[in-house]
Amino acid sequence: MAALGIATGGRNWFSALALGVTLLKCLLIPTYHSTDFEVHRNWLAITHSLPVSQWYYEATSEWTLDYPPFFAWFEYALSHIAKYFDQEMLNVHNLNYSSSRTLLFQRFSVILTDELFVYAVHECCKCIDGKKAGKELTEKPKFILSVLLLWNFGLLIVDHIHFQYNGFLFGLMLLSIARLFQTTPNERVREGTWPFKVPLAVSLLNHRNIISFDPQIPVRWVHPMEQFQLCPSYFPGTDCFPSFCSFIGSFPSLGLELKLLDPNKIPKASMTSGLVQQFQHTVLPSVTPMATLICTLMAILPSVFCLWFKPQGPRGFLRCLILCALSSFLFGWHVHEKAILLAVLPMSLLSVGKAGDASIFLILTTTGHYSLFPLLFTAPELPIKILLMLLFTIYSISSLKTLFRKEKPLFNWMETFYLLGLGPLEVFCEFVFPFTSWKLKYPFIPLLLTSVYCAVGITYAWFKLYVSVLTDPPVRKTKKQ
Amino acid sequence: MEKWYLMAIVVLLGLTVRWTVSLNSYSGAGKPPMFGDYEAQRHWQEITFNLPVKQWYFNSSDNNLQYWGLDYPPLTAYHSLLCAYVAKFINPDWIALHSSRGYESQAHKLFMRTTVLIADLLIYIPAVVLYCCCLKEISTKKKIAHALCILLYPGLILIDYGHFQYNSVSLGFALWGVLGVSYDWDLLGSLAFCLAINYKQMELYHSLPFFCFLLGKCFKKGLKGKGFVLLIKLACTVVASFILCWLPFFTEREQTQQVLRRLFPVDRGLFEDKVANIWCSFSIFLKIKDILPYHIQIIISFCFTFLSLLPACIKLTLQPSPKGFRFTLVSCALSFFLFSYQVHEKSILLVSLPVCLVLSEIPFMSTWFLLVSTFSMLPLLLKDELLMPSVVTTMAFFIACAISFSIFEKTSEEELQLKSFSISVRKYLPCFTFFPRIIQYLFLISVITMVLLTLTTITLEPPQKLPDLFSVLICFVSCLNFLFFLVYFNIIIMWDSKNGRNQKKIN
Repeated sequence: MAALGIATGGRNWFSALALGVTLLKCLLIPTYHSTDFEVHRNWLAITHSLPVSQWYYEATSEWTLDYPPFFAWFEYALSHIAKYFDQEMLNVHNLNYSSSRTLLFQRFSVILTDELFVYAVHECCKCIDGKKAGKELTEKPKFILSVLLLWNFGLLIVDHIHFQYNGFLFGLMLLSIARLFQTTPNERVREGTWPFKVPLAVSLLNHRNIISFDPQIPVRWVHPMEQFQLCPSYFPGTDCFPSFCSFIGSFPSLGLELKLLDPNKIPKASMTSGLVQQFQHTVLPSVTPMATLICTLMAILPSVFCLWFKPQGPRGFLRCLILCALSSFLFGWHVHEKAILLAVLPMSLLSVGKAGDASIFLILTTTGHYSLFPLLFTAPELPIKILLMLLFTIYSISSLKTLFRKEKPLFNWMETFYLLGLGPLEVFCEFVFPFTSWKLKYPFIPLLLTSVYCAVGITYAWFKLYVSVLTDPPVRKTKKQ
Repeated sequence: MEKWYLMAIVVLLGLTVRWTVSLNSYSGAGKPPMFGDYEAQRHWQEITFNLPVKQWYFNSSDNNLQYWGLDYPPLTAYHSLLCAYVAKFINPDWIALHSSRGYESQAHKLFMRTTVLIADLLIYIPAVVLYCCCLKEISTKKKIAHALCILLYPGLILIDYGHFQYNSVSLGFALWGVLGVSYDWDLLGSLAFCLAINYKQMELYHSLPFFCFLLGKCFKKGLKGKGFVLLIKLACTVVASFILCWLPFFTEREQTQQVLRRLFPVDRGLFEDKVANIWCSFSIFLKIKDILPYHIQIIISFCFTFLSLLPACIKLTLQPSPKGFRFTLVSCALSFFLFSYQVHEKSILLVSLPVCLVLSEIPFMSTWFLLVSTFSMLPLLLKDELLMPSVVTTMAFFIACAISFSIFEKTSEEELQLKSFSISVRKYLPCFTFFPRIIQYLFLISVITMVLLTLTTITLEPPQKLPDLFSVLICFVSCLNFLFFLVYFNIIIMWDSKNGRNQKKIN
């Protein structure tokens, strides 16, 4: 009983947090899942049933294997466990097969691979300096960081409702960052390297243009191999993302409705897109992949130069990383809204260090998470996304405010007003608009508003972070922190 | 209170767990012709909306009482009527007379689940939050932890949001009653409790402690002065609230009698289906239902129930205190559950609520009891295909309690509130110092048995000759546990004295 007492005592709060969120993930098993569910089932079937030479040629299903080989091997490994759950899911011809056992297996595979993420968070917590922490457990930076990462709203709804394997990927990324923080300056370059070789390949998992990093060259930019559509100027239920593109992309739609454009000249297809296809904007100049590459490079160069010539230690590296992630999110080619997590998760590490970073983090994370709302558009999931969003937002704001209560307030009036505006926006988009007559004529309005509103917040956070990186003094190389 | 945001987070967590559980199946889903409690609630909306009040409780061509006839008091009927108005606004097919029988759809499920959530949010959850905020002699952190554990109690979540019922309404009203009466707002407390009884008649399990506590208060104030005035005021409040609720049914004697017949079906026998009480467990060895006639069964059940709860109630009348009141609620409800007539397995929730209230006083025993109470409903939950949410919510609750209250470090005599009892026992048996160890071993045996039985029920098929073997075993084991708790809670009540308040501040 004494052993049980120690195991369940207050000292093991990390295990309690990890176990708690795992149990919540189990409760999310019966929720809505997107077509990504069928995508992964199909890949399990392909990798299990066919020889390697056929993997990238198989096209019975529309969801052909289009991720790099590492992920294909990952699916292959999973398929060997899948066969004990339901052999039928591994049949390539069983399109849209989703028996209860298949669902259970797929969901549990995400939950279990998330354990890597849990381990990575544990390692990240070791890097946090808890000197100015209060006596209360809930006010310690390690505790706050653990909650911000383990219970991250974006990761929960994208992985465990929408269905993806981001937790596994981000676990590798965070592990690399943690190792970088933990090693001494001399060891850093050598030891920090090993976890990066894997992310280098793995990092192409979900996003066509993801930042990968190598400490020898502070930031390396991975260029997408394929040409894809930039962003639809019409905003269907999928892949609507807040970025600079969405901001300019909104103009053709507005232009049409404000009678600035002749509807006969605009092909109907451009207004009904949702499929991956190439098309041209009719009013504003079409954006090419080369243009986005140039914009992105221009956006990240100042931070990279800053890192080279004005090193600020591991924290500086992390800020540069986040800036690169945000820049590519804002200016990149075919960016998914889920890519905001690439910036939000590493930013959590900075948020418990300085009040300025906490403020930027809160704006970024709140607007970034809200921008994920259109991913879950079914009625039963509406209360879940609102409850979880409120849970995370209230916790993050209140805990960071308490942590930095001795410094100046985290938000000015403008920022407070902006964040509060998310509430009425959600009420309008999900509760008022569907019952108005505009729904038939302008069905894209809620997505447009969401995109533009969040774009403002994310751009502002990017800008503020950039200013702080460029204006902060360099840090002299010190002994291991 | 400071740290209001932590309380907000606790409530949001509770709501999230509730809604995710509600995504699962409900009682009788896709099982014609009778379906289950979900269809019963829908049917009551149909009846109350389409028929005049006078026909709600009567058998007629439009209202077949054999098909889920109304058998709860009028407040449930009014609530169903309210929900029916909203249903009519969204989709009249849901409550169309006759043609809506067995109606099932995703949209309808969403509507029904939302009605449960709203009722919970308006009545039960605020009562829990207020109760925890008003707790004395404990830190803010413990208050929030207490609220978290109560809101995560799996039994209520699984029955209301899984199986489908509105227990949160009656339990919420009862909790408002407890709050009112504990903090000397006696009239409001009585009113709230009357609403609880008029929502579900099973709340009568709590009526004796309320009665004894309030009577005790009147005695304390002096029956010749203020006490008498209070007594009259309380009587008037109770009578007035009953009249208000039953008004449409008081017009004719036949109406009142018929409603009472529906609420208290004495012809249905000592127990129905498997339930973890004495009569069902005893019938494994001796089939009393078949041997004894109905009226003898009622008399025996009455005697046992009242004999077991009398000591605690008498003590509460003579020494009324909020602490005594809470513990008497537990022991009374447990006595009724174990010995009363026509008890259903869900009635254990009536015992669970007061146990939730004493969680911060005896965390170890309360957590243990609440785990057993959820386990005792396992056959019902498995029938409703709620295995995953049951396991997950039980584990979440256990972890929350274990971490919040460090329950395994609180097994000393003093923390189990058995100090006075142990001292009395040691007068006769001086070497009796191993109480905590006995209790710890019993806990381990109990948990291991519950886990083994759960695994067996899930994985194995019962033998053909004994198809109900596992359900009966679950009921039997739970019953043994409950008997132990009955003895334990009665010991606490009887050996509690004012000197016991010299305990260190619980922190």
